[in-house]
Amino acid sequence: MSSTQSVGRSIPRVDGEEKVTGRARYVDDLTRPGLWWGATARSVAPHAILKRIVLPDPLPADVVVVTAADIPGLNGIQLLTADQVALVPEGGRIRHPHEAVALVAAPDARTAKRVAAAIELELEPLPAVFDFDAALRGDVVVHQNPDAAPNVYSDLTFGRGDVDAALAECDLVLEGTYTTASQEQMYIEPQGMLAEWKDGTCYVTGSLQCPYYVHKSLVALLDLPPEQVVVDQAVTGGGFGGKEEYPSMIAAHAALLARRAGRPVKLIYDRSEDLRATPKRHPSRVKHRMGFKRDGTLVAVDVDVLLDGGAYTTLSPVVLSRGVLHAPGPYRAEHVRVRGRAVATNHPPQGAFRGFGAPQTTFPYERQMQKAALQLGIDPWVLRRQNRLREGDTTATGQVLRWSVGSTEVLDKAEEVLASPPPHRSTHTQLPADPSALRRGRGVAFYFHGAGFTGRGEERLKGTLTLALCADGVYEIRSTSTDIGQGTLTTFAQIAADVLEVEASAIRFAPRSTAVAPDSGPTVASRTCMIMGAVVDQAALELRTALAIYGREVGLEDPDDLAAAAAHHAQAKGELARTCTYHSPEGISFDDTKYEGDAYPAYGWAVCVVDVAVDLDTFEVAVERCVHVIDVGKAIHPLIVKGQIEGGTLQALGWALWEQVTYADDGRVLNDRMTNCIIPTSLEAPELETHLVEVPYPHGPFGAKGVGEIPMDGPAAAVANAIEDALGIPIDQVPVTPEVLARLWTSRPPEDTTRYERRA
Amino acid sequence: MTAYLRPTSLDEALALRAAHPDYAVVAGGTDLLVGALERPAPAGVLDVFGVAELVGITPGPREALTVGAATPYARLLESPRIRTTLPMLHTCVREIGAAQIQARGTLGGNAQTCSPVGDTLPVLLALEAEVELANQAGRRRLPFAEFVTGYRQTALAADELIVAFHFPAGLSRLRQHWRKVGTRRAQAISKVMLAAVASLDDGTIASPRVAFGAVADRPLRIQSVEAALAGRPPSLGLADEAAALLEQAITPISDVRSSADYRLQVAKNMLHRWVASLVD
Repeated sequence: MSSTQSVGRSIPRVDGEEKVTGRARYVDDLTRPGLWWGATARSVAPHAILKRIVLPDPLPADVVVVTAADIPGLNGIQLLTADQVALVPEGGRIRHPHEAVALVAAPDARTAKRVAAAIELELEPLPAVFDFDAALRGDVVVHQNPDAAPNVYSDLTFGRGDVDAALAECDLVLEGTYTTASQEQMYIEPQGMLAEWKDGTCYVTGSLQCPYYVHKSLVALLDLPPEQVVVDQAVTGGGFGGKEEYPSMIAAHAALLARRAGRPVKLIYDRSEDLRATPKRHPSRVKHRMGFKRDGTLVAVDVDVLLDGGAYTTLSPVVLSRGVLHAPGPYRAEHVRVRGRAVATNHPPQGAFRGFGAPQTTFPYERQMQKAALQLGIDPWVLRRQNRLREGDTTATGQVLRWSVGSTEVLDKAEEVLASPPPHRSTHTQLPADPSALRRGRGVAFYFHGAGFTGRGEERLKGTLTLALCADGVYEIRSTSTDIGQGTLTTFAQIAADVLEVEASAIRFAPRSTAVAPDSGPTVASRTCMIMGAVVDQAALELRTALAIYGREVGLEDPDDLAAAAAHHAQAKGELARTCTYHSPEGISFDDTKYEGDAYPAYGWAVCVVDVAVDLDTFEVAVERCVHVIDVGKAIHPLIVKGQIEGGTLQALGWALWEQVTYADDGRVLNDRMTNCIIPTSLEAPELETHLVEVPYPHGPFGAKGVGEIPMDGPAAAVANAIEDALGIPIDQVPVTPEVLARLWTSRPPEDTTRYERRA
Repeated sequence: MTAYLRPTSLDEALALRAAHPDYAVVAGGTDLLVGALERPAPAGVLDVFGVAELVGITPGPREALTVGAATPYARLLESPRIRTTLPMLHTCVREIGAAQIQARGTLGGNAQTCSPVGDTLPVLLALEAEVELANQAGRRRLPFAEFVTGYRQTALAADELIVAFHFPAGLSRLRQHWRKVGTRRAQAISKVMLAAVASLDDGTIASPRVAFGAVADRPLRIQSVEAALAGRPPSLGLADEAAALLEQAITPISDVRSSADYRLQVAKNMLHRWVASLVD
């Protein structure tokens, strides 16, 4: 028997030592004999016909150039569709200003970049479109789905009841329009890939979240049988969704260059290229209506969501899907109508980013609840508590919440925390302001986040992994669930170790490679611990059962001695492996066309409370306190879970106050450097008071459910509510930069009507 | 390849400067390296960082101070003299970059680049520092306000190096006020900066000097405001008047970091707050 149980304890991380000692090898640390470097030539116009690619004449010796004509298979990146080309062909259409047109490889990176910069494009410019209204009018068509309106990637509607009739009878109908800006993931390590060919097989290794996404794309692009494409994850320095889809593009480019050059090629983006070219959070505009009875009962919700998807489909329809499903909030309402559209523009494509559409729809409903509390004269906490979804309640899609509903527990815990003085006052966040210029306020947000893929997604994915007792007696997990810094390997090791009665450090991991591990599905959507962790649990149980039977068969002295059975099997019979695939729990069903049923197998529940100070001289906002209470089901590794929440909280505070990707009039990313694409530093970060609530999810490993994304959703609304509390003006957009706040404050109506008594 | 010259004495540095007037003079390199990604490489680099005659903090009579042009910011932060005599400079430098930048950044480098957002430049203006320049023929001193001639333009001749900054006597008796508003609290480029000094003489404002950064093509002394403040008792009405005059004197722009409206409004607020703070 193992002496210690590891689940629930913050054991040393599997990947910790190699990272803190600098031994970890990221893709840019890798080299190969004869390695060349790649560079990318990009479009400069947002929308144009590419007439001709003009190469420098003469080309330097020792340089290869690749264009679309060199693609052996399909010129498209395989995601939901393959409308995004890997390289725009001559005669084809450029749809955004940072689109790849040609590739260069040379013995050194400087030469490759110089030649790429010298490639000229003959273009026939087309009018371009960048805003929702113009795109929906369809004057300029960037994208056309069959049987759909121009420039609409996806148009979703769902709901229940009779919203119009219900709103007509409400005592208070609140209507607001909310906008949110694009945000850059700003992972620590910019993107990059290394490709090489051996005997007709293409090997790609790099910074990525989803090895099999890259694999699928390369197989089609290179026109190869699946076994002749091998994708490996290098140690990856963060992703936050940003390495879900674009690695397929960079891998395609590196593979084409290596094929053409006949040698290994490494393609590494510097920060500026990464900021310009890779997908980010969708900008949004949401119209939100809520109808209440005088006593505070929420009766009807009517939401219209627009997301700017940029120039190609990428993942926009599923980002939209998650966005609209979260739009009514964690509240009961008899009458709900939600419509959402993902819109095509000539911006660079947007994509996956922690929260995946939910932050854009959480901000509106929590602003609406705050305004409703003001107008109804009801304490905002009471109003939220009164309308919260509870176990047994039915959501807007008709899902009956049968388990793991921590809505009451998180509200109770948050109020308990606020009842006592804070354990520490953040002084380092204080503004160097004159005290008389400061206004202070408090804001709250109550919200939820569905964990795992939406609807039938997990059934389609069939996430699979193998747990093996190897011939050397060591247990090994073979999975393509990637560790990108969020602790996948450690968490999996803890789950397997406790079932197999060994120390977590005794669990070994096969490379996250398509050559040796089955498709565990993408590492996204807060699904890795909850969904694939449950498969680890199941595989470990099956292995344990098989070893117990084996122990009895061979007549071990103590038939319950798992370690003895394992050692005997390894020596006598060699490997014993169990490969398991995820199956949705009994009774879970979702209708993808009607949007009815169980949208997610489980939800996380959360309360975020923010105290702000606003300097009315400079309109800077300091977050002086942030309390975040989140129901995670079960914290397998409390430190990792709290780390996820703290990081996500700061990322969300950043989105609320500072972070925005700014586009020029021609659609280019303007702030393509860390000096002007601002993220918070430690001086902007208050002590983050993180409290875990554990209402177990019966189908998760040891009760765990997703935690990666939830902290991103709520803080922006809490910040806006706090600023409204401080200044008495509504804040309906993020980020609330000092420039935005200065404008709102200066143009505020003379009579201050919205201010309300702050709750002590 | 870019030539890289590293003299060990001021004489050698001045000789190399005369011989290679087209080389970039570097006193820390924090600007040159940031620009290296997007600007063409200079013909050569003349690195004066560490040249002994350019480093040091030398006290003069009555608390006057001379600071060598290539004295790293970190040295200024360690100096009790700077802290007590030029608290505004101390506060300003403490907010520049982080430890790495402070170990390399210098007043001379900041002044020679002469960016409109150079953090120490409004301080040099408000403290009426003199800049000392040298070439092989000799030395000259001029007020820092005359050294600044335009957008990233200075009075430095092609054969000259910045040697030192001279801070006049009596500064510790003045009220020194510094406020930088950046894109965030740390590691940030400025959106608006105010450096202001004055003393109160029998309830009236004496020797007011008001300088702003990031609100025009160069760091600016606001003489109209200074004239309005001098000899008058501070009041909220005077603060209003000063803010109104400021609006006439500055020409902020909109860029990727901020907007003209914001810069104007915040500059006025900052000035108003400072004048009001003189009311005891």
